[in-house]
Amino acid sequence: MIRITKGKVYDPINGINGKELDIWVDGGKIVQVGDAPDLVAERIIDAEGCIVMPGGIDIHSHIAGGKVNLGRKLRPEDHRKDVVPRTETTRSGVGHSIPSTFVTGYRYAQMGYTMVMEAAMPPLTAKHTHEELHDIPIIDKGSYTLMGNNHFILKFIEKGEIEKVKSFISWLLKTTKGYTIKIVNPCGVESWKWGKNVENIDQQAADYAVTPRQLISILSQIADELGLPHSIHLHCNNIGVPGNYETTVESMKATGTNRVHVTHAQFNSYGGKGWADIHSKAREVVEYVNEHPNVTFDAGQIVFGDTTTMTADGPWQYRLYLLSGNKWVNADVEMETSAGIVPYTFRKKSLVNAVQWAIGLELMLLAEDPWRAFMTTDHPNGGPFTFYPQIIKLLMSRAAREEMIAQLPRRALERISLPQITREYSLYEIAIITRAAPSKLLGLHQKGHLGVGADADIAIYRENPDVEKVFSSVQYLLKDGEVVVENGIVLKSTSGRILYVDPGEEGDIEEYIREEFEKFYTVTLDGYGVPENYLERGECVSCG
Amino acid sequence: METISATCPFCGCLCDDIQIVVENGKVLEVKNGCSISKTLFTHHDPDDLVPQIEGKKASLEEALDRAASIIRQARFPLVFGLSMTSCEAQRKAVELAEFIGGNIDSTSTFCHGPTTLAMQSVGEPTCTLGEIKNRADLVVFWGCNPVEAHPRHIARYSVSPKGLFNPAGRRGRTVVTVDVRATPTARVSDIFLQIQPHKDYEVFEVLRALLKGKDLRIDSVGGIPLDALKDLVNKMKSCKFGIILFGMGLTMTRGRHLNIEAAISLVRDLNQFTKFLIIPMRGHYNVTGADAVLTWQTGYPYALNFSRGYPQYNPGEFTTVDLLRRKEVDAALILASDPMASLPRQASSYLEEIPFVVLDCRKSYSASFATVFIPVAASGVSISGTAYRMDGVPVLLKKVLDSPHPTDEQVLDGILKRLRQR
Ligand SMILES: [Zn+2]
Repeated sequence: MIRITKGKVYDPINGINGKELDIWVDGGKIVQVGDAPDLVAERIIDAEGCIVMPGGIDIHSHIAGGKVNLGRKLRPEDHRKDVVPRTETTRSGVGHSIPSTFVTGYRYAQMGYTMVMEAAMPPLTAKHTHEELHDIPIIDKGSYTLMGNNHFILKFIEKGEIEKVKSFISWLLKTTKGYTIKIVNPCGVESWKWGKNVENIDQQAADYAVTPRQLISILSQIADELGLPHSIHLHCNNIGVPGNYETTVESMKATGTNRVHVTHAQFNSYGGKGWADIHSKAREVVEYVNEHPNVTFDAGQIVFGDTTTMTADGPWQYRLYLLSGNKWVNADVEMETSAGIVPYTFRKKSLVNAVQWAIGLELMLLAEDPWRAFMTTDHPNGGPFTFYPQIIKLLMSRAAREEMIAQLPRRALERISLPQITREYSLYEIAIITRAAPSKLLGLHQKGHLGVGADADIAIYRENPDVEKVFSSVQYLLKDGEVVVENGIVLKSTSGRILYVDPGEEGDIEEYIREEFEKFYTVTLDGYGVPENYLERGECVSCG
Repeated sequence: METISATCPFCGCLCDDIQIVVENGKVLEVKNGCSISKTLFTHHDPDDLVPQIEGKKASLEEALDRAASIIRQARFPLVFGLSMTSCEAQRKAVELAEFIGGNIDSTSTFCHGPTTLAMQSVGEPTCTLGEIKNRADLVVFWGCNPVEAHPRHIARYSVSPKGLFNPAGRRGRTVVTVDVRATPTARVSDIFLQIQPHKDYEVFEVLRALLKGKDLRIDSVGGIPLDALKDLVNKMKSCKFGIILFGMGLTMTRGRHLNIEAAISLVRDLNQFTKFLIIPMRGHYNVTGADAVLTWQTGYPYALNFSRGYPQYNPGEFTTVDLLRRKEVDAALILASDPMASLPRQASSYLEEIPFVVLDCRKSYSASFATVFIPVAASGVSISGTAYRMDGVPVLLKKVLDSPHPTDEQVLDGILKRLRQR
């Protein structure tokens, strides 16, 4: 039994806002909150002068799998400036924009995060994703399975066989040990297989009479019908293109009242006809979100500096290569998806980058409901996740924002509304957007709060006037009730859970697709999926 | 009698459709496999192998003790090989190399290391093999000979299969081979361009110039008439989906990574006109997995050193050929590879001067010189696990036959435990 005492507790799910409360932990769970005269603790953690929060949850980050690893391989120059020696308790590795697996786990844990969702898992290489997740210590993990350009899904939609789409999705989630439906540039990536793209959400894919609008609508409906704990996770068409906010709003409309999560919205909230007149349309995007409770979004905030962009959006990454002239990796995956990687540096002096930087913050600050707005950098696309403390500071302090705005090109100011926004997040709201709301969004009941019965994933931060310092490094991190980080040092390299779903509505779809699958894939159907033994601590989250 | 599904642990094709008929621990028939695959499964007889120390029979415990003591006494040890075992064993090898603060390197050092260097310089537009099957109407083999080195590549992935958007199969594709001699692959191609040895870089640069519409006042380059190259560029620009598949004829000849950079740059530039991609033809069945595991655990794919406690990457310094040729390492642990049979003599001969340990599922040439030889079960024959195909697709290795021997992973773990005990 561990007793955490004298800390100021922030637990929005249970409505606790900075109150001093004891938290009692036993057997990996929280067993009591408040005074408990009958309980005897073997260890007392004195949290005087500390903030106590549930462990952080990142709902969208690229940390594992074929694309991430190609990014690592591509960039020795990125690793050399951030090396991590082994210690008695931890393995060695490298950091900065695409950390090695062990370092990924340590660094999230050192920042007080205990769960991270890998945002893009191609089914064909799902084993690779899971092999890497296995090697990311401490944190719990899950993966979103890429489906927006899958042959079978497009074909069944084209033929109007919606029940088959549903069975197939149910089967694919189980087979890949995925957590939800990820859609990336629907129909556009399929067209990219011939070097093309779609330009709006009503343009059909190159090889199928299906539009992005149809696909988004049908898949959002299916996610709700299957009762998936998380909604569809949508990377909209036209990412990075000036004027794309209209596509984003249309994509949200396409879901009607079905749940939809629009990811890295910053990259999809641009006005203008080209780079010369790009400007913020954050307000227009957020207005739709504010008025529609079925919609959630994450920021995809950019951070000035060098990073590695990587998405399943092959045509976008090619465009970014043409724009930047940097080295370019493309990796098309037969029958289902693609990937691209381009190193990129966001510069304060760049007008476009300055506008992008402001848009991410505007989205977060204009969102009325913190339960539906999530802080991400779309790691590593906008910047490495290790910059989260800096972003928290920008959300909490108008002064910190003004200091940054003063360094931007003056021409940028008329294209953004950030300088006029006065809102400052409270610690309680930070606890919502990084803990409570992510847990709710993922449909998890034992995470993101500190009530009795919750997983004892607890971050304890030392108070400091500089909030960036507060969130950079935990005083203590408890994972499953064990102290794994103390004073920023990783004491123990435990293994986290892998969360996945099995909606159980696949019917006989596997046999139905077998012949076609084996004709057009280059692996056997029986060798396609992820066997149970890849998940050291697999946990099936229930649907419905 | 039973039929077992298996994956062929021979080349980078990792065909996972092998059916093996087994009775009483003997393989009766290998269905779907190439001739190499058939030999590999039917002639697998590990029973007469025993651990040896300096050529004399020893117990497993004695061999592990001696292996640990060799490594413990070394000041600058090398862990080498990795390409013919599962990712599970590769992970353990990295852990061991990190613990001892040594070097670790894979057989990439003498096959596709230059491909990695080129990729790190200019990137790599690539795809999985199924994209070729489903879409390619132009296939270019450059400095590789799959008919002999990857026997089912042509039938299963790249030339003859009918695909989703290429229902005509072989008739729907133009196949070009560029090589220094008329290989069996050249003979099944529509066009064969015989190139002079060591002229690949020049030819790629001429192709790039032609693609950019440059007017060149030469009649030929590298022994190939300019008109033939003009024709090739036109085919490349006008195809719907083109692919270059390349091998050690490019990576291990003069120019090395510069050849690959030129090839990748050509492919990248072609994407202004059409879809064009490139795939390296990796040889050993899990050399791609070695690249992958090392990269996700350390950030770098090969040529690694842990002397400072963190991974350092420097091809040319920490590559095995260079470490051996310069006589820098003082002990070696070799698994899943046969360096004395495959490395340049000037490098491998140094192994005879230092103590080294070999883990292998057969008595390899290197094993016969080893200070300590520990026989292990063969991954993909007697051990299940994961391996990565040449295009990065993870494939399950299956267990077909029992083995009396421990796995690579178990042996490495045994050595590591002994080293930790000190
Ligand atoms: Zn993303």
